[in-house]
Amino acid sequence: MMALLKRDMRLAVRAGGGFGLGLSFFLIVVVLIPFGVGPETGLLGRIAPGVLWVAALLACLLSLDRVFSLDFEDGSLDLLATSPLPLEGVVAIKAIAHWLTTGLPLVFAAPVFALLMSLPVNGYSALVVSLFLGTPALSVIGAFGAALTVGIKRGGLLLSLLVLPLYVPTLIFGAEVSRRGAEGQDYTTPLLMLAGVSFAALALLPFASAAVLRVNLR
Amino acid sequence: MASIWEYANPLKFMRTSETILPFVAWGASICLVVGLIWGFFFTPDDFRQGSTVKIFYIHVPSAMMAINIWVMMLITSLVWIIRRHHVSALAARAAAPIGAVMTLIALYTGAVWGQPMWGTWWAWDPRLTSFLILFLFYLGYMALWAAIENDDTAADLTSVLCLVGSVFALLSRYAVNFWNQGLHQGASLSLDKQENVADVFWYPALVAIAGFVLLFVTLVIIRTNTEIRARRSRALLARERMS
Amino acid sequence: MELVVDNLGVARGGIPVLEGVSFSVSAGQALVLRGPNGIGKTTLLRTLAGLQAPLSGKISLDREAMAYAAHVDGIKTTLTVEENLHFWASVFDVPEIESAISAFELEALRTRSAGMLSAGQKRRLGLARLMVTGRPVWILDEPTVSLDQAAVAMFGEVIKRHLASGGMAIMATHIDLGLEDAVTFDLGHLKATSNLAENFDEAFL
Repeated sequence: MMALLKRDMRLAVRAGGGFGLGLSFFLIVVVLIPFGVGPETGLLGRIAPGVLWVAALLACLLSLDRVFSLDFEDGSLDLLATSPLPLEGVVAIKAIAHWLTTGLPLVFAAPVFALLMSLPVNGYSALVVSLFLGTPALSVIGAFGAALTVGIKRGGLLLSLLVLPLYVPTLIFGAEVSRRGAEGQDYTTPLLMLAGVSFAALALLPFASAAVLRVNLR
Repeated sequence: MASIWEYANPLKFMRTSETILPFVAWGASICLVVGLIWGFFFTPDDFRQGSTVKIFYIHVPSAMMAINIWVMMLITSLVWIIRRHHVSALAARAAAPIGAVMTLIALYTGAVWGQPMWGTWWAWDPRLTSFLILFLFYLGYMALWAAIENDDTAADLTSVLCLVGSVFALLSRYAVNFWNQGLHQGASLSLDKQENVADVFWYPALVAIAGFVLLFVTLVIIRTNTEIRARRSRALLARERMS
Repeated sequence: MELVVDNLGVARGGIPVLEGVSFSVSAGQALVLRGPNGIGKTTLLRTLAGLQAPLSGKISLDREAMAYAAHVDGIKTTLTVEENLHFWASVFDVPEIESAISAFELEALRTRSAGMLSAGQKRRLGLARLMVTGRPVWILDEPTVSLDQAAVAMFGEVIKRHLASGGMAIMATHIDLGLEDAVTFDLGHLKATSNLAENFDEAFL
């Protein structure tokens, strides 16, 4: 299992843009938003939590189709499926690798982007915590979508159509945590819900993804 | 007593369903015509909402069907996953577009009703938002069916998507409630008489709902039989190619 | 140890292609599958490897005993030869990769990234992967594609050694690997025939 994680991380780094691509996309979205809505600091600060969350979600979506499709094309997935590793574990590891290369960098970079979006200073911790707890769910749910579309040529658009509705609860709770944080309200409830969504997705969805992968491999 | 699983045989399903189809279709037409005419012309106007309230006879049944059809798809998907009956998977596939259209009708009539009542065509109210999300789920489900060539693979994948989607749809419903308290009134109809609308509205509404259910059954039988025939001809063609 | 396949039926894309496939392979034996293109050799091999379920029949050994090698090798082009083998070795819990490297004469290519290999070298690496699975039954789908004569001989030697140590091999190949006591199994007469007129439901299989 660790070997698989190590390999996936190595591949992401060597392919170039494993870490960088999602971050750059995040940056571009954050730069474009003020052009769209105007440079007024108050407005930007108010929409910052939502914008940052939607940007994180899209950045995550960007690299999803690579989670399984590369391994599918070069036959590695067949070999992994016949290996001693349980396919559920393979799926979970690949989702974690995806999170480490896209979700986690976003968590660390979030304060900088929050600064660009004039998020009130007291909202920073809530934003970082919400991204830290929420982005794993994005990767795990995304891996499920990637498993569904692995056999489909040019499945990228379909993948977005399937995955984005599944992202709704995570987005709502995540953005709510960071919005309440920015407004200085108590955000315990949405934070617990967000963590619940993340952990439940991490615990249960790999089974669905593995089942779907088996269907796609046969 | 014959087992219900006998109808898992496509031929048996087609024979039986085509025998009952005319009755169901007539039932649907009669219920719809009676329910809607009764509702539109023979019920009093609401004292506050005037005659706009009458869109209720389309809005409520279609909204109920939008949810019920998804539940039906969930059940047939489970039957496919557990018992591998092809008719079940094809029925789910046949039902999806009908469900999507019902969702659209509910959203559209809701907008038409909302404009005079709330002064807006659209608000990010929990119920409205949930229906929009439900519509997205229908779209994704249909797109996945359309994207996969192998029928059994498509049936398997869409069934799992339906299962996972149901959980997330339910979760979204709660999340959306949490996110925004809305304009929409509570459920208009319930079995508990205390909260119910008056009888004069209730009976035509029941007839209209029965009409929508029968309409759905009619359409789903026709579409399922079409899917069975299409599936069979594809299988025959594929075999011919291979031999 | 013996692999017994009894009355196996397999399907491709939901359509039965082979039926009544029965054979047995004992330790140290190799089985070569023959048959025209499209008869279902790959489908049969994938079923044996446990990647798809058989329509009917039994396979006596568990999928845990099988090592599968297909047209594509599962080689990552951005990793080096050594890293590729190390990865599969640790997935299969095999401690060393040196014998695999020397058997396919990959010593000089050790630190080269797999993307820089020629097709034949890549194939050698793909076959070397079999040796780090530590599994007794090798399932090989056209293993000699893009190998030159020297490499084919190299591969023949590896298979002989694998068989001598009690392993088995089932392969679809048209090339003679110099295995003296390999059994040839012809699939030509096992093409699936089902009577559609009798059973409507059949068209759904």
